[in-house]
Amino acid sequence: MGMTITQKILADHAGVPEVKAGDLIEAKLDYVLGNDVTTPPAIKIFKEMGFDKVFDKERVCLIQDHFTPNKDIKSAELCKTMRCFAREQEVRHFYELGRHEMGIEHVILPDNGIVLPGDMVIGADSHTCTYGALGAFSTGVGSTDLACAMARGVTWFRVPEAIKVVLKGTFNKFVTGKDLILHIIGMIGVDGALYKSLEFEGEGLKSISMAGRLTICNMAIECGAKNAIFPFDEYTLRYIAKTNPARFSKSQYKIYTADEDAEYAQTIEIDLSDVPLTVALPSIPSNTCRAEDCKDLKIDQVVIGSCTNGRLEDIGAAAEILKGLKVHENVRCIIIPGSQKIYRYALEAGWLRIFDDAGCVISTPTCGPCLGGHMGVLAKGERCVSTTNRNFVGRMGDTGSEVILSGVPVAVASAVLGRVGTPDEL
Amino acid sequence: MIVTGKAFKYGDNVDTDVIIPARYLNSSDPEHLRQHCMEDIDKEFAATVSEGDILVAGKNFGCGSSREHAPVAIKASGISLVIAESFARIFFRNCINVGLAILECPEAAASIQKDDVIKADFDTGIIENVTRNEKYQSRPFPDFINGIIKCGGLVEYTKDRTGI
Repeated sequence: MGMTITQKILADHAGVPEVKAGDLIEAKLDYVLGNDVTTPPAIKIFKEMGFDKVFDKERVCLIQDHFTPNKDIKSAELCKTMRCFAREQEVRHFYELGRHEMGIEHVILPDNGIVLPGDMVIGADSHTCTYGALGAFSTGVGSTDLACAMARGVTWFRVPEAIKVVLKGTFNKFVTGKDLILHIIGMIGVDGALYKSLEFEGEGLKSISMAGRLTICNMAIECGAKNAIFPFDEYTLRYIAKTNPARFSKSQYKIYTADEDAEYAQTIEIDLSDVPLTVALPSIPSNTCRAEDCKDLKIDQVVIGSCTNGRLEDIGAAAEILKGLKVHENVRCIIIPGSQKIYRYALEAGWLRIFDDAGCVISTPTCGPCLGGHMGVLAKGERCVSTTNRNFVGRMGDTGSEVILSGVPVAVASAVLGRVGTPDEL
Repeated sequence: MIVTGKAFKYGDNVDTDVIIPARYLNSSDPEHLRQHCMEDIDKEFAATVSEGDILVAGKNFGCGSSREHAPVAIKASGISLVIAESFARIFFRNCINVGLAILECPEAAASIQKDDVIKADFDTGIIENVTRNEKYQSRPFPDFINGIIKCGGLVEYTKDRTGI
């Protein structure tokens, strides 16, 4: 019986010729990731278990991004714990705030050329599934698994079955990968892919940029998926040639393709031209709706950024749509480039001037408001259109506040209009 | 291993942001997390939960963030078992790792009501509703998983096995 892309990566890293759905395997990890919320408990466990060295200091990534720059004394202690551990262990992928390599974990691991196709990655962050866009296997775990993986460089998995998502057609104007993934979550529900892989294929892939693919894989967890994965194509090739020319030129990556007779639990076909500009209304990501049907919803805040939509293409799209316009008088619009490199590019391309002219807040890279940490916490009764990934009760602040998820074009239009809106209204 | 307690009942898709809101993740101290457990969907939970009580919910319990703080907060509240129709993947794994007992049982999740007295046997997977005089069969975990839970989590289990 054939294998899916995910199953092939798992088999290879487990050192076996074949796996099938339901098998329990122990697999070698190429990268292990933690952030400032999940790493400190993992460090405590690491020490309690009697470990003294990480398995490979080149392959552990400790990224401070959630409550940074630190929002309070307790979060400063978390980063201090992580920083001391990273120095003691000489962890290569630990960066100080403000440095050029720095940013939100799921933006910089792909953009800095750390993760490449065929890699196997776990991270103590649920959005670790992002790297499937590059044809890597990646999934989220908790702090105990992180601790053991940092020590041993292996972890156990149950081999998932897969849902095949076949894409055809092309996106309509302003529709992006974010709309597609919200559309899918709306179709199958927040547990529609529970314990499973989402594997994308079809001629529609040609109209989804790498940034769009990263956004799609990033939110696979919001329908319960273990991972999501795109096949390697010319987009992947161009991306990694740019992000890691050294490993690219030496072909230090691996391309996996699904067997023709691979088995899928389900197949979903989507014509991209049928995907509307989509929003997810409170308080669950599957509560999706056409943006144009929600125009009576007034808003107080817009957030553009995060591991979901803080990439170069996202910030560039925001600047292009916002050029010459003003943020509505009743709205705070917070723009958060996902990394220091993106911030710098935005500075040099004149995008920051466009945002400043429009009356936006421009933040240093941080997860901050996405999880109600800082840099845009909501008061009771306030409503935010956000390009982030979750709109659960209290996610961004008071339990009486609301988050509406959208892609960048809808978020920008909403910031200008003071209500949910679409870019063709501008 | 047998546990007995009164039930707290919640619906589908209870996410980790309501189990323990991110604003409290600036510490991973179980005592700190316990005080805020479930507060965004049930303000009374922390004040009314007793040692041994059982948490019952619908499908996809624990969806959302990978924060291990969520099962730690539930365990620190004194909850002896979580029964759900289904669990989100990362949460499921985290529960075993921190030694919080869980059982997947759609029938129990549908029938049990708030304050019912529940008795569950991890070895047989039988869940007994003492209040309603009903029994539900869940699939028990293999011995090694029950061993991890009994030890109080993977750290304690590993220490126990390796003699650290």
